[in-house]
Amino acid sequence: MTILDIKSLYLDIRQPILRGVSLQIKEGEVHGLVGESGAGKTMVGKCVLGLLPEHAKVTHGYINFDGRELLKIHAAEWRDLLGRDITLIPQNPMTALNPVKRIEPQITDVLQLHLGMTATAAKRRAAELLNDVHIREIDRVLKQFPHELSGGMRQRVLIAIAFACKPKLIIADEPTTALDVTVQRQILRLIKELQANSNTAILFITHDLGVVAKICNRVSVIHSGRILESNSAADLFAQPKHPYTQALLAATPRFDRPADALHPVPAELIDALWGEARVHDAGR
Amino acid sequence: MNRFAWNKQLIFGLLVLGLMLLAAIAAPWLARHDPLEQDLMSSFAPPFWHRDFDGNFLFGADSLGRDIGSRLLHGTRVALIVAFVAALLAGLLGTALGLAAGYFGGKVDALISRLVEIWMSFPPVLLSIVLAAVIGPGLLTVIVAIVVIDWTRFCRIVRAETLAQRELDYVTSAVTIGLKPWQILWSEILPNIAPLLLVLFSMEMGIAIVVEAILSFVGLSVASGAATWGGMISEGRLYVNQAWWLMALPMLCIIVAVLGMNALGDGLKRALDRGEKS
Repeated sequence: MTILDIKSLYLDIRQPILRGVSLQIKEGEVHGLVGESGAGKTMVGKCVLGLLPEHAKVTHGYINFDGRELLKIHAAEWRDLLGRDITLIPQNPMTALNPVKRIEPQITDVLQLHLGMTATAAKRRAAELLNDVHIREIDRVLKQFPHELSGGMRQRVLIAIAFACKPKLIIADEPTTALDVTVQRQILRLIKELQANSNTAILFITHDLGVVAKICNRVSVIHSGRILESNSAADLFAQPKHPYTQALLAATPRFDRPADALHPVPAELIDALWGEARVHDAGR
Repeated sequence: MNRFAWNKQLIFGLLVLGLMLLAAIAAPWLARHDPLEQDLMSSFAPPFWHRDFDGNFLFGADSLGRDIGSRLLHGTRVALIVAFVAALLAGLLGTALGLAAGYFGGKVDALISRLVEIWMSFPPVLLSIVLAAVIGPGLLTVIVAIVVIDWTRFCRIVRAETLAQRELDYVTSAVTIGLKPWQILWSEILPNIAPLLLVLFSMEMGIAIVVEAILSFVGLSVASGAATWGGMISEGRLYVNQAWWLMALPMLCIIVAVLGMNALGDGLKRALDRGEKS
């Protein structure tokens, strides 16, 4: 069953940002949204979270989440959905936790808010959640402030918060970009593990095809606010159809190929894509 | 946790505040005379450093023979009460409006910011005198006047800081777990700007002491005759040629108190400014 259905979404922030994005995510699916910076991938995530900046205007299309039209719901409904049914794993764990709050209340807040837990039940559950994200010395970590934890640890805490209320959809916005490579692997494995156990759908936003290969079932490639290609991960890697996808794959380092087989994405191709986008804008 | 950075300003500020608190609380026991008690035989009795000092009035007596030392002590009470209550109320009002303006932006911000601008375009001392004329003189008037004048100071700074905090990731996190705006303001943003509020509060106490002195100088503070620093300056002014200390001593008190409060604010700022918090 489709949990998230985005249909020809047009978004303007003084200039066109998204140009008819369509995307479907099924229950339990990890859907990679891949693109270079400026492609609009983060804005897709923000639309689904209702976090659009000032002056942002959706001019066309809809976002259907679990039978609800997200572009039409009110602030109170948003507060109800966010944290419980839709959650976020943020990009930068160093800044995403409140610096003056201990870890424990940052986890128990969401449990008490959405699951109506008592303070004691929430505390117990917070410890379980930290155990689920493989944090050792749980009692100590619960009493600590964010600045006392490493980036990897903070991201584990944030993942615990994201999975706390068993959401239906998680938006993971480049969750490993700010971490170093060894920690990246552990975090990816952790997200995959929790996702498999809970069957949560994830919209995984990234610029890194290597990460996509490790974690995603389906992949959509986005450029200049348009989805260029959408396919199962296996097919996309085996037979990329769009020239941009092919170029991206050729530009991704792989350990089974020599380094000199790497080719940057040709500038003419990028120019052609932006050209198409402008023609598209002119036609509207 | 980062260590609290003690510094000289902070210690000086705390010392002044401590002394003022002690003087204010213990005034009835420390004072050797009733501050209102008149002894016309002893009018203009000289202070201890004067060769005619008779041992009865340590800091001398005024034109009505009231003990200067006792009056200064009791004046500390008025100054401290005004400083504390007025700074607290101005802080509460200004912070509440500043948080709302900074967080909600748009029309709320426009409304509050315009209000602040209009407010600040009117001379503050005039505003307080007009106010006193309307409500009548008294301690309450002084407090109300200071709150009415100075909430804008808190409002502007808190608004700017809230604007900056709102852009930070932890606030986005709070939104994405579904917290209500007032919960975000109260339990997320407010604790993060608490150090700033503490600094503003100390500075505001200094300002309040000055305003209280001005208003009591022009006789709009507590009932005339009661001991206030501003009132003592006003009375002493008439006899500055015979007994300069009548005016100089309360001036010294005001200067030390205000210096102390400002040092406290600066010291706190330096002590709490921990640079990168990540």
